[in-house]
Amino acid sequence: MAYIPLTASDREQMLRKIGVASVDELFSDIPEDLRLKSFDWLPPSDERETLSILKGLAEANRAAAEAPCFLGAGAYDHYIPAAVDAICSRSEFYTAYTPYQPEVSQGTLQAIFEFQSLICALTGLAVSNASMYDGPSALGEAVLIASSYTKKQKVLYAESLSPVYLAVVRTYLESGSIELIPVKTARDGRVDPSDLSSKLSADTACLVLQNPNFFGVIEDGAALKKILGPTMLVVCADPNSLGLLAPPGSYGASICVGDCQPLGLPMSFGGPYAGYLAVSNDLMRKLPGRIVGRTVDCDGKTGFVLTLQTREQHIKREKATSNICSNQALCALRSTIYICLLGKTGLKNVSCACLDKAHRMAEAACKNKGFSLRYTSPFYKEFVLDCPSNAAKLAEEVFNRFGILAGVPLSRFNPQDSNGLLISVTEKRTGDEIVGLSAALAQVAGGLK
Amino acid sequence: MKEKLIFDYTRPGKTGVLCSGPAGSPERHLPADLIRKDYANLPEVSEVETVRHFTRLSQLNYGVDSGFYPLGSCTMKYNPKINEKTASLEGFAGLHPMIPDSLAQGALRLICELQEYLCRITGMQACSLQPAAGASGEFTGLLMMRRWHQVKGTAHKNEIIIPDSAHGTNPASVALTGFRVVEVKSNSQGWVDIEALKQVVNENTAGLMITNPNTLGLFDGNIRQVADIIHAAGGLVHYDGANLNAIMGKCRPFDMGFDIVHMNLHKTFSTPHGGGGPGSGPVTVTKELRDFLPGPIAARSGDSFFMDHDLKHTIGKVTGFHGNFAVMVKAYTYIRMLGSAGLKAASETAVLNANYLLKLLDQHLKRDFPQFCMHEFVLSGRELPNGVHTLDIAKRLLDYGYHAPTIYFPLIVKEAIMIEPTETESLETLDAFASTMVRICEEAAANPELLKQAPVSTPVRRLDEVNAARKPVLCA
Ligand SMILES: Cc1ncc(COP(=O)(O)O)c(C=O)c1O
Repeated sequence: MAYIPLTASDREQMLRKIGVASVDELFSDIPEDLRLKSFDWLPPSDERETLSILKGLAEANRAAAEAPCFLGAGAYDHYIPAAVDAICSRSEFYTAYTPYQPEVSQGTLQAIFEFQSLICALTGLAVSNASMYDGPSALGEAVLIASSYTKKQKVLYAESLSPVYLAVVRTYLESGSIELIPVKTARDGRVDPSDLSSKLSADTACLVLQNPNFFGVIEDGAALKKILGPTMLVVCADPNSLGLLAPPGSYGASICVGDCQPLGLPMSFGGPYAGYLAVSNDLMRKLPGRIVGRTVDCDGKTGFVLTLQTREQHIKREKATSNICSNQALCALRSTIYICLLGKTGLKNVSCACLDKAHRMAEAACKNKGFSLRYTSPFYKEFVLDCPSNAAKLAEEVFNRFGILAGVPLSRFNPQDSNGLLISVTEKRTGDEIVGLSAALAQVAGGLK
Repeated sequence: MKEKLIFDYTRPGKTGVLCSGPAGSPERHLPADLIRKDYANLPEVSEVETVRHFTRLSQLNYGVDSGFYPLGSCTMKYNPKINEKTASLEGFAGLHPMIPDSLAQGALRLICELQEYLCRITGMQACSLQPAAGASGEFTGLLMMRRWHQVKGTAHKNEIIIPDSAHGTNPASVALTGFRVVEVKSNSQGWVDIEALKQVVNENTAGLMITNPNTLGLFDGNIRQVADIIHAAGGLVHYDGANLNAIMGKCRPFDMGFDIVHMNLHKTFSTPHGGGGPGSGPVTVTKELRDFLPGPIAARSGDSFFMDHDLKHTIGKVTGFHGNFAVMVKAYTYIRMLGSAGLKAASETAVLNANYLLKLLDQHLKRDFPQFCMHEFVLSGRELPNGVHTLDIAKRLLDYGYHAPTIYFPLIVKEAIMIEPTETESLETLDAFASTMVRICEEAAANPELLKQAPVSTPVRRLDEVNAARKPVLCA
């Protein structure tokens, strides 16, 4: 049998030692009427056959490698340096578990400590945990922190928050008494300041702001924080944008979350990614999940341990700050290596390239008759293109005729929004691909009319 | 510290992987106040130094590939290399989650078939692969209970019963979903105490969550009765599948009376633990609960596959997209390799290995339960001589080149040592580990300082956790 290293005589010897005649005797606590009579529904396959089955399944998809990918909305086709895969393939990293025994887990622990430090540097906040399941669940937990810390039940959120994130936040709030209140998006694509002022009240726990927002627009965080005053600001940010954009801590965010996918994680049909979650110092003991701290061993040597564990489920049980146990450590490691490999200039270069190419794409697309940018505010690597006809149909045609994944039609989230196409442009998109998409849109729109 | 921090390698001007920026400054597109001023305290290190840094860090670690890792409740079985290869195939790794269904037929087929396989294994009728880990699966199951009671008009039911042997995530998930935890005692046999259960069941009972085999590694033979009692009170029963590796092909949660099951692909189905994750925590349910699942779920229509968003009572989404897809690819690969007979053999061997190891050890450490164990067992260090504790045994094992077992869990056994060998270990490994354990027990009697000072051969020795928490340094 695959992966079982016992011989028939080993089994005999072991059964004899235990003092039973058959393995079935070991299952004698299972009542007779619960025992399965048969379990035969899938033949085994050897490694070569299995690989060919899986290759067949993989090839039945249209991956980014064969179709230029302008899809975003929370997952992005960024370049991943070869060294990220090389290092993460080291089985000392990927076959270990949570560093419960710090003496033999310093590699994982120090890498997490470095991850936490990098997240603090990017976000401008004081404390980060070791990772969450993904960006959306990190935001769910962030809202719970804000409400529990302020003891207030009203949570404002910018309507320009990703619907993917909003859906998960709603699930996290399902059972509590927190009320989610939307704040309108103004015509320029940013939060409407007057709507924010009018909805702000003494029992507001926080404002949840995505920046850049779901439509790619960069918000004026500082101006919004001014309106908020002492009310907490929770920011959800694409960490890849933070190579260039002002860190949320600098404009008054107390909590910053996001998804590490744009930092060296393959799109993999939606996961695994890693959420990051950083807070200001006063919220440190409200953090969910694992946190690594620096300390010394009994010889005075510096080392790292899991710390502040009295927040966690294995100690506090129903009083824990969260139920999270396993997190997404290996994904966080990938992001750590990604940031280190790119470094200060590299990450800035990637951010600037995204910004630049997105603007080139927008400019080219808007030269086509009937296409225009929906919002006038500054944007980062995504923008909403208003199309002259149904965006979903247009995108489908562009793929069928030109093999380009043109963007995510906003009708996926809001059926009334039939003409909006959310286009995402990473540093990987070439000049030819940008020109190609623009030309394809023009041709298909002309034909569809 | 054996290896300095990556930040300490920085010298201004060094770059790692070449990646060129655009000509022209970002101010062309953005007002200056949106741009960061400090450019972040990120490292400036070359590629080779970065690679060496992380390689050295990896060498300070211990994984399943380094040696025996008997961490109870975590099922640290061997992670087949083919899994890594299939999950990184470009057709999977390069696939965007928002791509139209028609362009992701292979991925959807894989998801759909994996849903079906997990239903086969648990006996249930519908599945969602969306939860990201075990605790995420618990959260999902409990929210489904909540929604179920709302739909049935029994929304007042606000109590979830869990055994006192339960894992910490169980009560934490109960609290996170707005229920009240009601604990039920275990009897001297390690099973749920039926009389105690009857005492705590009442008209507010919304459901029960339980692991079986339980966290003592024992199969609770009264499980059907436990489920019946909860059902009679109008509650639902959730199976924490952390210990599913004991029973594949032997019995099924559905037949035990469960309504909801969550599994851990990172335990039972051989996907690596990643130094803490990612895992994956699929949920399977009875047909009555299908429409409550987090959606979308994959479905077939003839030869094609699609994401079905039409779940009337869905609890909504628990993760952003479809869950940890690459982990699913690994689990699917594993199941295809083994086939159903191989899964059954895996469980039988896991139980054989555990009982064999228990037999070799139970003369040396306190054993509270006389039954055969399932895939793991719990001993206690509470009768060790000379003030030696379970912690000391664990640390001494590190000196002998092993990972330690799970310790101080479950809470109902004092000084617990929880050992799970898994089916992927050889007889030689089990024998060698057992003789090391016996030797350590002898050391505890003859030379206890060896244990109390341990470990001495690891990259660092016992760390000051008290000070780490009192004066936290969490960032460079
Ligand atoms: C019995 C039991 N339940 C739940 C969990 C939580 O699972 P996860 O870490 O995947 O969230 C564990 C994990 O070790 C466990 O052993």
